[in-house]
Amino acid sequence: MSELLERAEKILDAAKGSEAVEIYLSTGVDTEVRAYQGQIENLSSATSSGIGIRILRESAAGAQVGTAWAGSLDDEAISDALREARDNAHFATEDEYVAFARPDGVDPATLNLTDARVTSTPLDEKIAMAIELEQLVRSGDSRIRQVDSANYSDYVAEAAIVSTTGIRATYARSGAYVSVEAIATDGADDQTGWGLSVGRAPSELDINEAARDAITRATRMLGAVKPPSMLCTAVFDPRTAATLLAIIGSALSGEAVVRGRSFFANRIGETVASPLFTLLDDPTDARHFAASAYDGEGLACRKNVLIEKGDLKGFVYDTVSARRAGTSSNGGALRGGIAGSPSAGCRALQLVAGDVDQTEMLRRVGHGIFVESVTGVHSGVNPISGDFSVGVTGLMIRDGELAEPVREITVASTLQRMLLDVVYVGNNVEWLPGTAAGQSLAIDGVAVSGS
Amino acid sequence: MSSILVERDVLQAVLGAALERGGEFAEVFVEDRTTSSAVMDQGRVEELSSGRDRGAGIRVVVGETTGFAHTADLSQRGLLAAAQAAASVARGGGGGVREIALGEHRDYPTQATTLPGEVAKAKKIEILRHADDVARSESSSITQVQVALGDSTRRFVVANSDGVFASDNQVRTRFNVSCIASGDTGMQTGYRPIAGTRGFELLTPDAVAEASRGAARQAIIKLDARPAPSGDLPVVLAGGSGGILFHEACGHGLEADAILKQASVYAGKVGQQVASPLVTLVDDGTVVGEWGYLSVDDEGRASGRNVLIENGMLTDYMWDYLRARKEGRVSSGNGRRQSYQHLPMVRMTNTYLLEGDSDADEIVAQTPRGVYVAQLGGGQVNTATGDFVFGMTAAFLIENGKITAPLRDCNLIGNGPEILQRVDAVGRDFSMTPGTCGKDGQSVPVGTGQATMRLSSVTIGGTAL
Repeated sequence: MSELLERAEKILDAAKGSEAVEIYLSTGVDTEVRAYQGQIENLSSATSSGIGIRILRESAAGAQVGTAWAGSLDDEAISDALREARDNAHFATEDEYVAFARPDGVDPATLNLTDARVTSTPLDEKIAMAIELEQLVRSGDSRIRQVDSANYSDYVAEAAIVSTTGIRATYARSGAYVSVEAIATDGADDQTGWGLSVGRAPSELDINEAARDAITRATRMLGAVKPPSMLCTAVFDPRTAATLLAIIGSALSGEAVVRGRSFFANRIGETVASPLFTLLDDPTDARHFAASAYDGEGLACRKNVLIEKGDLKGFVYDTVSARRAGTSSNGGALRGGIAGSPSAGCRALQLVAGDVDQTEMLRRVGHGIFVESVTGVHSGVNPISGDFSVGVTGLMIRDGELAEPVREITVASTLQRMLLDVVYVGNNVEWLPGTAAGQSLAIDGVAVSGS
Repeated sequence: MSSILVERDVLQAVLGAALERGGEFAEVFVEDRTTSSAVMDQGRVEELSSGRDRGAGIRVVVGETTGFAHTADLSQRGLLAAAQAAASVARGGGGGVREIALGEHRDYPTQATTLPGEVAKAKKIEILRHADDVARSESSSITQVQVALGDSTRRFVVANSDGVFASDNQVRTRFNVSCIASGDTGMQTGYRPIAGTRGFELLTPDAVAEASRGAARQAIIKLDARPAPSGDLPVVLAGGSGGILFHEACGHGLEADAILKQASVYAGKVGQQVASPLVTLVDDGTVVGEWGYLSVDDEGRASGRNVLIENGMLTDYMWDYLRARKEGRVSSGNGRRQSYQHLPMVRMTNTYLLEGDSDADEIVAQTPRGVYVAQLGGGQVNTATGDFVFGMTAAFLIENGKITAPLRDCNLIGNGPEILQRVDAVGRDFSMTPGTCGKDGQSVPVGTGQATMRLSSVTIGGTAL
């Protein structure tokens, strides 16, 4: 049994009283290296741990929940948090739908998400990767005038959830990343490009690929102009498509739906997207960096089909949102660390691959805009109304090929329209960090604002 | 309660240990933060949460390299272990024993009067209830109301090998209300925050009611919104709504870390005309009570009022301790960190444009066609190219000098150096807005401010071609 789980069980035992108790423990070891001009700029290493406690008081009128957390696992911090959580519970409104998760008989997927090489790789090798990454970008193209940051980071994290309602779960994961931002110049104009590589261990990282990506993205944007405003087809690259999918995923949260905060509410069974569009949330697929055997309440994660060939099939639920919707949790609870309470949300989205690669997609689209980076997602996309407007840099698509670079434009539509206007789904799936994997995606009829 | 979290002699010993293997600078930052939050959704108190985070971050600087470690163990043993971890970047060794003598302890008390810890939980619920009632009674088309409030009390002590020894007690309180209005055209949202470096004296019943009404009305008005235009138009930013423009369009580019790495379009431009002569931009951590107020920054430097652009001319950048030290100058009090688990870097505090002499109504009246932005919802910038976006969450068309139809949410896009030249009118109705600034994965509270102003041309990212 994991030490952390054992610790959680002990805390739970000591906390038992008349109310239901849930204990969430997490620990992590993080390493971060930033290289600059051939040296280490920052080197940081840290071990952290914390506890989140939820207390549930039940009465005839419903249940009340109170929460508290602490950023350390010393006895005083734990007993303070327990007292606060108990006190907080008294102030919540009694609610018949509020409950803790109970074991539902679904077995967790067997996933091995921890690679011991994160821990066993000597620090010097990790430092060398960051320094080499910077060097590769600096020397890779004469137009690169600066490498703003070249980073290596990794972590090993473990969490345990136990409750008096029978939950007993523990899970661990590791991850390693390199990322680099390059600034290219042609004398008159500066452009930036960002490259990354992700894996579960340092040896899975491809620093050459990350360097090449940063160089290509920065240099091909040189001389970018602001095109005239137009209505056209947009091809999103895998990274920007993943951003788009994550936003759509936020509207597929059962919680957003039961609260009336999603444009998908009350539309199960309706056609909401193009027939090319099949969207899954599948944390049991180990290729996804957000894969997990358990959800944020300690239930088994499972594969949920959300949109199938354009038809809205379902949402992801945690225990409380499922009860409000008259169904049961499908393992969709997310938890934002020790300070966060579980809430329903997509964890590991993937769009079922289409049958075209990006080159073929561009050829078929013929004319339009290729979206390489988006900004202002938080300020310009409203997952409640569906309004969508983001800043974009990218390239024009002319005669089926990438043409001149463009900048300082926005691409706008509504999420509802964009889903229906999907014309091609790529077969080039990239497993990216974050909520969604991504592949090239072509969407008709977006408004480009330029000059 | 004494604000010393760790005693002087312990801090001195830890700093000494941090420099044992060499290095020219070491710092210990010890923090104890308690937070509480409460959320009401649809009239139900969903959750009260309390949290406490305590720990220390230690950094050691050796040449161009910074080593950093943090720990939640505040015993002398725990601190020494973290100091050794941070010092591991000093590979040359041979530092030897270095005596650290801290200077006089500077202790900054909080300016808050009604401390969060002294406010009963029942009183907090009462505030939420009041806000919910007010928003809901605005119209039957308000179908969703969510109200949240939170507070944090952040005590810290910072000491470094140059003898700096300061502590602060920062009390912050925030409140926000989000409404959804439903109609034939779908759902629209309205949002209002109140936030300050204050206690609960900030949340007067009048202030709470005004914010709640504002959020509800904003959502209701947007039910009639039409698609925003696509393309270039003059834009009038209402007082208080547009400070984020300067935060994004040039603030980040004036942070010394971006400057020293030549990763900002403003590098090497001190003394040059970078903006319209109507632009005088200030970053000011000393505005008591504002969301970005600091008595002392997270490196122990007293906050300051720093003029960045004066009548359009770039006068200076913002500095943290290390970058200033490297350039042989003093920090401008802009060294901030999200928590003890993070390294400090150059960050803004309250960034605002000084008032001009135009009348707000006149500015609108003299705009034949354009967009009037009543609220902005955040933004993002690429400091190396200057390209930025910011979102409008409440906007209207201006037709024949009058504010007319409401517009749907969208982003505006522009280039910092270009947009600064296009400020062609600044009013006298100055006000500020609280916000959260993210940089390199760290979030800190900031304020932004300006009076009603006009930009001669901005690209509006709507769909109406």
